[in-house]
Amino acid sequence: MLEIRDLHASVAGQPILKGLNLTVKPGEVHAIMGPNGSGKSTLANVLAGRDNYEITGGEALFDGKSLGDLEPEERAQLGLFLAFQYPVEIPGVSNMEFLKAALESVRAAQGKEEWDSVTLLRKAREACKQVDLDAQFLKRGVNEGFSGGEKKRNEIMQMLLMEPKLALLDETDSGLDIDALQTVAKGVNSLRGPERGIVLVTHYQRLLDYIVPDFVHVLSGGKIIKSGGKELALELEQHGYGWLTSGDNGDNGKKDQTA
Amino acid sequence: MSSQAELDNSELDRVIRSEYEAGFTTLVESDTLPPGLNEDVIRVISAKKEEPEWMLEWRLEAYRHWQTMQEPNWAHVQYPPVDLNAISYYSAPKSMEDRPKSLDEVDPELLETYKKLGIPLHEQEMLAGVAVDAVFDSVSVATTFKSKLAEAGVIFCSISEAVREHPELVRKYLGSVVPKGDNYFAGLNSAVFTDGSFVYIPKGVRCPMELSTYFRINEANTGQFERTLIVADEGSYVSYLEGCTAPQRDENQLHAAVVELVALPGAEIKYSTVQNWYPGDEDGKGGIYNFVTKRGVAHDHAKISWTQVETGSAITWKYPSVVLRGDHSVGEFYSVALTRHAQQADTGTKMIHLGKNTKSTIVSKGISAGKSSNAYRGLVRMGPRAENARNFTQCDSLLLGDRCGAHTFPYIESKHPSATIEHEATTSKVSDDQLFLCRQRGIDPEKAISMIVNGFCKEVFKELPMEFAVEAGKLLEVSLEGAVG
Repeated sequence: MLEIRDLHASVAGQPILKGLNLTVKPGEVHAIMGPNGSGKSTLANVLAGRDNYEITGGEALFDGKSLGDLEPEERAQLGLFLAFQYPVEIPGVSNMEFLKAALESVRAAQGKEEWDSVTLLRKAREACKQVDLDAQFLKRGVNEGFSGGEKKRNEIMQMLLMEPKLALLDETDSGLDIDALQTVAKGVNSLRGPERGIVLVTHYQRLLDYIVPDFVHVLSGGKIIKSGGKELALELEQHGYGWLTSGDNGDNGKKDQTA
Repeated sequence: MSSQAELDNSELDRVIRSEYEAGFTTLVESDTLPPGLNEDVIRVISAKKEEPEWMLEWRLEAYRHWQTMQEPNWAHVQYPPVDLNAISYYSAPKSMEDRPKSLDEVDPELLETYKKLGIPLHEQEMLAGVAVDAVFDSVSVATTFKSKLAEAGVIFCSISEAVREHPELVRKYLGSVVPKGDNYFAGLNSAVFTDGSFVYIPKGVRCPMELSTYFRINEANTGQFERTLIVADEGSYVSYLEGCTAPQRDENQLHAAVVELVALPGAEIKYSTVQNWYPGDEDGKGGIYNFVTKRGVAHDHAKISWTQVETGSAITWKYPSVVLRGDHSVGEFYSVALTRHAQQADTGTKMIHLGKNTKSTIVSKGISAGKSSNAYRGLVRMGPRAENARNFTQCDSLLLGDRCGAHTFPYIESKHPSATIEHEATTSKVSDDQLFLCRQRGIDPEKAISMIVNGFCKEVFKELPMEFAVEAGKLLEVSLEGAVG
């Protein structure tokens, strides 16, 4: 469902991705790991279509459609979901109002039946429960005054309701304590299924103890430099990224690691 | 950075470039005075309205004083001088000449106009619980639910009718809050005012329905000089709403209104405005000059609350104020002012604390888009007797794009050591991150911006009567809607 071929991308004119290849098939969970500054978050944002994240070469196809030709909302309507690393606050716009607008648009685009308010509220409450978020949060402004952990759980709650085809999770584990991490992982695991692809972007191996990936890729200097199964993550945990990056990709990797 | 800014602007421009839905013109034959202002014009207006002698004298005194006054220039707005001799001071549909006794006698064309604006005047079609006075150019077309209100002792009629039918009340209170010579535009209004509403709520009565006046300017080259007077007797309560629209024209038109509120001891007046005068086009051509004086006096334990949603007018110059004369009186001002294209708004409030233990709250939300300018100007004055007076002010500005401006001019004067004044101000932009979050969830940018702006205004919208809160939200949506194509 996701086919990335020789992708080059720059952020505000600065080249970050330099020939990245990745294929995600339905039912697969991929983890993208790598040192800080290697381009992990850039990849997630390029795929979702953030302003100023520009594809300069190669292509990224989602269900055969070139993502570069689509507006961010069109990508979302096709079923691409990004759980943000730093979810932003929208004061005065309630979570419920936000979800209603999002679900109306996405479900209509996908030809799914519209949920009436009662159904929506019931589903939203269930989703809150799944990620251990009090239903009161539905009435509050989007992420308004939420703690870091609450924001991350709010993202997963939205993801559960949106039922995306492809979920990109950008460092969802950062800033979470172990309990919250398990809750979030439980939410993500409940979405695993034969028709859905999941891409986890993470710096640490510990998330992968709870969401076990089918594939692990190491990103460095804007390219995937090694791919493997879940055991690759463990090796990385033992040896550090320097194990892979100190060789051919040299000082670039080292510098990023210490940054 | 610059490419980012350009991106932002093109996106936002698309979103904020919307059509003005109330811009149509009604084709009726009108009786319009030739342009120009002099004492004879005032005599004609007074005669047309069959006013008593004292009213004419009052107008003439106002006019003579006004001639000595200067147009104010301290506001943060710019416009070419208004030629007051180029506009007509009275225009009324011919069909209104013989004062229709009931709606059946009113020109269907006029009724249709209001229907098109979403204000059906037939009682059975109206929002239950809202009485309407409909003012078209210089005359009141109809006032609904009058008899039902009369049962409660409430007087709700046009000011012209009140001058004839309730002269004792009008004489006592007209000009008592905004004197004839208060300021240039109020002076002009006092001389030439044509129509507006009059409300009297008797002692201890809670007005059984929302009252509302709908102002429509139709005729070209005319000014509208509305005059509204609301008197809430001791211990009474009334909620009142005014709405305004005008056709889309290339010339600027003047709207110089005066609104006076009197809240006698223990009374409460809630006054809401949804102002949607034609704002002019993208380049600032045309639109209404809205120069308005609104003020209320709150006696002991009385409360006056102004809520305004301002989306229209080429220029807005307006400071709904409360004089907290009585002890324990309360004044509130909740405002949303949206400017786009080349609109200019200089709006805010004055809270004049005279009595002890008086309390005022100001919440102002300014939203600027396009190349518009949006200024909040507010005065909080604690007088020498204002023991334990308190004020809280919150001014928030939201910028859409980077060619617009937001300004805050707070004036604070305290003559009592026990007075407390708090002022908070913020300026923010609709951030790319907020917009991206919405779009990533499948919400298109137009809807996203309107949602974010509505969220920003929520504190003020919740002060509006329920029926109108929905309307105000929609109005904001329409104002922000892009003609995407």
